[in-house]
Order: sequence, then structure tokens, then C-alpha cells
Amino acid sequence: MAEATHETDILIIGGGPAGVAAAVAATRRGRRVTLLDENFGLGGQIWRGANESPQALAWLHKLSQKKVLVVSGARVYAASPKAREVHAETPHGGQSWRYQRLILATGARERFLPFEGWTLPNVMGAAGLQALAKGGWPVDGKRVVVAGTGPLLLVVADYLQQHGAEVLCVAEQAARHKVWQLGATLWRQPDKVRQALELRRKLKKIPQFYGAWPVRAEGADQLTAVVIQHGRRERRLECDYLACGWHLQPNLELARLLGCAVTAGAVMVDEWQKTSQSDIYAAGETTGVGGVELALIEGQIAGYAAVERHDAARAGFAVRDSLRGWAQKLDQTFALRPEVLRLATPETIVCRCEDVTYRRLAECRNAREAKLYTRCGMGACQGRICGAAMAALWGWDADTVRLPVLPVKLATLQADS
Amino acid sequence: MLLATGYLLLIAGYLLLIAGYLLLTTALSFDVIIAGAGIVGAACAWECARAGLRVGVVEPRMVGGGATAAGMGHLVVMDDSPAQLALTRYSQVLWRSLAEHLPDDCEYRECGTLWIAADADEMAEVNRKAALLQSHGIPSEVLDAQQLTEIEPLLRQGLAGALRVPQDGVAYPPNVARFLLAQAVESGAKVFLGQKITGLSARGAELSDGTALTTNAVVNATGHWSPALTPQIPVKPRKGHLLITDRYPQSVRHQLVELGYLKNAHAVAADSVSFNVQPRATGQLLIGSSRQYDATGPEVEPHILQAMLRRVTEYMPALAQMSVLRVWTGFRAATPNHLPLIGPVAQESPKPKLYLATGHEGLGVTTAPGTAQILADMLLGCETAIPADPYSPINFA
Amino acid sequence: MITLTVDGKSVTVPEGYTVAAALAHAGLWAGRRAVSGGRRGPVCGMGVCYECRVTLDGQPHALSCRTLCAAGMEVRTDG
Repeated sequence: MAEATHETDILIIGGGPAGVAAAVAATRRGRRVTLLDENFGLGGQIWRGANESPQALAWLHKLSQKKVLVVSGARVYAASPKAREVHAETPHGGQSWRYQRLILATGARERFLPFEGWTLPNVMGAAGLQALAKGGWPVDGKRVVVAGTGPLLLVVADYLQQHGAEVLCVAEQAARHKVWQLGATLWRQPDKVRQALELRRKLKKIPQFYGAWPVRAEGADQLTAVVIQHGRRERRLECDYLACGWHLQPNLELARLLGCAVTAGAVMVDEWQKTSQSDIYAAGETTGVGGVELALIEGQIAGYAAVERHDAARAGFAVRDSLRGWAQKLDQTFALRPEVLRLATPETIVCRCEDVTYRRLAECRNAREAKLYTRCGMGACQGRICGAAMAALWGWDADTVRLPVLPVKLATLQADS
Repeated sequence: MLLATGYLLLIAGYLLLIAGYLLLTTALSFDVIIAGAGIVGAACAWECARAGLRVGVVEPRMVGGGATAAGMGHLVVMDDSPAQLALTRYSQVLWRSLAEHLPDDCEYRECGTLWIAADADEMAEVNRKAALLQSHGIPSEVLDAQQLTEIEPLLRQGLAGALRVPQDGVAYPPNVARFLLAQAVESGAKVFLGQKITGLSARGAELSDGTALTTNAVVNATGHWSPALTPQIPVKPRKGHLLITDRYPQSVRHQLVELGYLKNAHAVAADSVSFNVQPRATGQLLIGSSRQYDATGPEVEPHILQAMLRRVTEYMPALAQMSVLRVWTGFRAATPNHLPLIGPVAQESPKPKLYLATGHEGLGVTTAPGTAQILADMLLGCETAIPADPYSPINFA
Repeated sequence: MITLTVDGKSVTVPEGYTVAAALAHAGLWAGRRAVSGGRRGPVCGMGVCYECRVTLDGQPHALSCRTLCAAGMEVRTDG
């Protein structure tokens, strides 16, 4: 399905921490290693604007010392697992890669939930606003409300503050005691304790509310104010931006297309990071959201395992397993409470691409009916945004993945192989 | 005294029992059971219910979920044969009167069809078609190359012209099916969703959960699955590929079809592709089409897709740069003579009487209203508005 | 510094800025009109939500949050 077909031994999809670590580990046997990344610069999401993170710089430097072919701007839209081929749209047209072993490091994306006014301009994700800001979006002097759930909220608040924003508050839906309990489990990881205390110190001037969530975003053409519910109180805050995200969710589309089994919303892997499909490995957030350190160690294990360096892979098991335990606690701590699943009014838009309201979706019985009868999930985002909402609000799962996994030019689909 | 009360209670209990039994059996007693709630089944349910028949509809999956969900929803008069022209014309008149009742989510629009002629031969065909349609009172307009460019600027230069059929239209079939079924329910029809007919007997039909439905007539409107319910009918699945783009409002005005489409549709054995583009109300473009007889499964087949895309970009180069959101396949129910099967089947056991309303291939959406009218007329013993012999399953007995 | 035009207006931003950032610096918080007419701006910042779409050098549906500014780029929003 593409103009040019390349051969490689180890193909890694995703240039975030897991993909980079996998690439570094997989090169030790002199095998051909290719890394495909959809962005214009390596680092994925968490290392975006890599020059701000010493850890990112160190790893990218390691990568540059290895014989890894890095292809940036490569958006994988289809795969033929039987032929061991993936197809990508690149700035130079459609291209294919044939592999012996494949490592999926496709990361995670932020989850969004509908609430009144969430479609107003200047209501962004929390990680979303940080990503935009790293690309130059103005935050200096802007009043920002940070809301939603997850460890990212404090990280984002810190970043925004560092870049001149006035963070009015952080509203975390999880109960205070749950978050403190999570903090208490950190004693085993002194690095994380240091990070947490450091963060606390930097954010001590910013009001932090627990058991709090946005009930309404107000404004005509764009956001002017946010109403936060905190206990029985409603606080109205005039602001420029609302940075609101509800934790992260693994990107599963490519794994599903390749037939990899998915459990509990993440790609299923064994101790070698191998998926249910032979010759396909997965590492990082796509196997379960757990942060940079976990992504790095999983990437290394996958990279070593893919080139049969089992001893080197096994050396990482203990650290990975302990970090995995921490990741599971994260999920439990920031689990969505019922109130935040009821924020949408009947007229609130749930599918942003097709403007399908809550009322129309509530008449359907599952994701298939929603797609067929309301076109929810049939727009440009291919159900990525509304799919998370449908899953959270009604427990509906989008079970099938259709071609193309990402929107591509018709010419890309047409090109001969 | 006590005895009298006792007897009264006994009689009351007995009457209640009879009442309950009658209620239960009448609740499951129908004049006609329709298998399949695609657009054809739903239309049949609607016509039969509003004609006063007691209608039951059995659907294992989703309303409008089969070919109804996969196809283009092009409402078109087709003249591949006189019988096809008659049925599509009859149906189109019915569609146009149905249109004002359809809710917005049915996306009905009378955008018209352009049959594109690539060369002089095809232009001759355009003129022949124009004359034929005119003789049947169907308005059409012959466009030359210049006019074609003006009306659809994205088509490539060098085409010979086109035939414009303004009364053709488009709709979104799954929601039309839902609407028609809801109308049927309002007229008293009952829907058994998530159920399949597992057996037919003298009394009627049995469902997968064991429920027994009493009926005199069963209509098979299950599309390409129809041989499962009434074996040995000449219906074969014919696979097609389609894709949809992101929004490009005002890029295309009509449903555009190459004249070669008819040639390809007529071919029996070969795989084929044709240029076929529809503008949706959203501004998205629905692009097809392909036909395969011996496809093994529903997966998208790259070589067919590529052939189809080569064909469409030949006619409309601008499509190459458009963003594609989704590619999918579907199965049409095809018969050897490209006419649907509407009417009673030859059968050994007289009850229940078996009817077919299937085998519509690429014209299921178009001819759903006409099919439903014909079927209802047959069930009521009325004369059909157009001769129904050409669609009779007995032709293949 | 890079200069591009947004809806006919000249905008200059530092190198490495995304087109989305250029829009914001031009005073436009939204590039897109939703199906039902409302204005929409970027949300996810990573090319998933497709809310940040603009027409770039004549090509519709370009993701402004994932495109770096280049000199002479012509950006058109939905207004």
C-alpha cells in the first residue's frame, strides 16, 4: 500500500522514552534498527521540548551514538501483521517497513470528559496546555485554572507558573486522603519523594482543592470564567485558560489493528514485554500508564528481549515490577468518582467532531449504535476523544479498529507497493 | 354460602387463566413476521403495519446494521433493465413523498445524479438514456463538456459530458430504517431485537430464546444472509469497498457516477471498480465503488482499494489530496439477473407462507419503499402498482 | 524570527513555534468552526483531537498544533 518498502530487523514505533530506550537496547547485536515517530522531534509527549529535561537529553544523546535509523514525521496508518509490514504516511509520501520484530511504544493520550462549556476556545487539556505552551502558545501573564485528575495536574501547574502564568488553583477530583495515601507509599522511592516535596514547595502559593471539579466553563466566543465545585461550595473564577484533563489513557489503536490482546484498557504483555502476537513487543504507557521511569525500563527490556539478550532484559525486571506496582496505585488513586461522570447536561456536546449531544447518545445502547445512529466517533478524531467519554460515562467500548488508524491522504492509500 | 363463594372464585380464576393465555398468545400472534430490520425489512414492516396487518419484526443485530449501514444511500433511477427502471422509478416517487416526513438525521437531499461520459461512445449512451428516461416521464438534462466543468469543477478536463437526473437523491439509510421501524411500531408492530428465527413450523416461527410466534406469513428480508432462512434461493454476497473523507463543503454538488458503473454492475464474474462519489450533507465525500464475487472475508483488500482509488482519481484528481477518515467493506445481496426477489417462494409445506424481500444488490435503499408496497399488496391480496412478475422468486424455481 | 500570514494578517514568531501558537499570538484563540457553528480552539496539543485544524497553504485540515511555522506560510482559519 505504499510507494517505497524498507526492510529492517527491529522496528520501533514511537519516539518517546520507551521507544528511545528500546532503540538503544536493541542495537547491541548489530541488527538493523529503525525508529518511526510521528512528530517532528523525538521525545514523545513527556520529553517534548527535550532541551528542558537533562534526562531526555541524556537518552537522546545515547540514541545518537547508536546506529538507529530515525524517521520523523512518519504516521503509521495501517499494518499487515501476517506480512510483518507497517504502512506510514511521511512528508515524502507513503512508505512501508517490513520487520522481523516490532516494538510498539505508542504512548498514551489525555482523557477528556464533557461538562458544560467544555467546547469553548481556551478550554484545553492539562497536558494539552503544556504541550501547546512548549510550542509557543502564550501563557505568560495568563490566569489559568488547572483541573481534572492525575499527577500531571501539579506538573502542569508548576510548568505554567515557571513560564509566567498566574495559576489560580488546582482542582483535583480525587479525595485528599487518597492522594496523601499515594504520597505515603513513596517512601520506598527516595527519588519520587524528593520530586514530590520539591513540587509541593514550588506550588505552595497556589490553592489546591481536593474533591473538586469544574461544573461549568463560561464565555461566549471563548472562555471567561470557570465554576469549580468544591464540597458544597461553588467557586467562580475568572480566567483566561482552563487546563483540564482526567489522567492518561494508553493509545491502543495500532496494537488492536495488529491483533494484540488488550486487558483493562492497556496492551497485554508478558515479562519480556511481548504481546499476544508473536514478534510484537510493547513498552511504555501503551502497556499501562506509569510515568517516565517505567517507560524507560520497559523500553529497555523490550529492546533487549527483541534481540534475545535475555539476561540484560531480566536485569530490569525487579525495578520494572516495583514501578508497575506504583503505576497501579496511581490508577486507583485517580479513579474517576461518579460525580464527574454526570457533569454533562443533555445539551452538552459529547462528540466534538460531529457535535453529538449527551441527550442523543443517551438514547443509544452501545458504541456501535452511537456510531451508526448519531455519527459519534465517525469524525476526524476517529473516536479518540468521544470514545474515552463513552467508555467512562456508559462503559461502552469501541471494540473494533478501522483502517486507516490515522486520517491519511487518499493518495497515500492509492500508491502502489 | 361458602361453597358458592368457592365456585365463584374458581370460575374467576379460570377466566383469568383464559384471559392471560389469550393475552399471551395474541401478543405473539401476527399476520406477518418480517425477518431482518434493514431498510427493506423496516419499510416492509411500516407498509404492512399501516395497512392494518399485525406485524412482528425479528432482528438479531441492529436496526439498519447490515448492507443498510455499509452502502452509499444513493436514491437513483437505474435503467439496466425495464423491470429495474420500473421498480426504481416507482420507489423514487414514494421516496419523494416520504421525504417531508423524514427527520433531519436521515439527511435526505435531492441533489441529483450526474452520469459521467468519458468519451463519444459514452456520450451516445447519455443521449440514449435521456430519451429513455423522457419516455418514462423522468426529467433529465444532457450536459456537454463545458457545462459539466461549470457544474462540477473538480472533475478532470477532457470528459465528454454527462446526464443530469435532478430527482435522484441521497439519504442516510440506518436512520431511515430506524424511522420507518418506529413508524411501524406506532402502527402496532412489535420488534424482537437481539433475536433470530431458528425454526419455521406450521404455526409460525420460533426465536432463539424459545419464544414461539404464531403467523401465517414470514418475509425474508435478511439481505446477504437470506439463504440461511430460505435455503437454495439464488442470493450471493457481493463485496464492496467504500471510504469517507473529512469535510470539504461545496466541493461536489451531485452524486457522480461513471457510465461504466452499469457495465461493471452487469458483469457477473469479474471483480470491478467504478468511479462513484457522493457529497454528504456534512460536506464529507463518500467514495466508491467496487464489486467482488468471491471475497473470503470482510477485511479491506489493498489491491481492490488501490484499483478503486486509481479509478476515482482518474475522474477527479483533487480527491488525491483529501483526508480519508475511514475505509470499510460491506456485502450486497446479489441475484443472477440483478433484480431483487419480491414475492412468495415455492414451498412444500403451505404454512407459514414464505415471502422474499431480498437480493437488492446495490439498490436496496433506493427500492425499499417500492419493495415494501409490492409486498404489502401481495399480503393483502391487492393488485400491485407495477407488475411484480419480474421480481418473482418463482422465476428461479 | 519567522513571518507568516494568518487570514491575510502578517504574524511574526520565533523559530520553533507551532502554527497554533502563531494563531494565538495573532489574537486568534480558535481556528475552527464546529459543525453547529461554534468556535473551536486546540485542546489536546498533540494532534489527537483535530480541533486545531486550519487551511495551510491551500490544504484544509492541517493540524496547527503539530505544524512548525515556516517563512511565508499562508494560514486560513474558519473565521
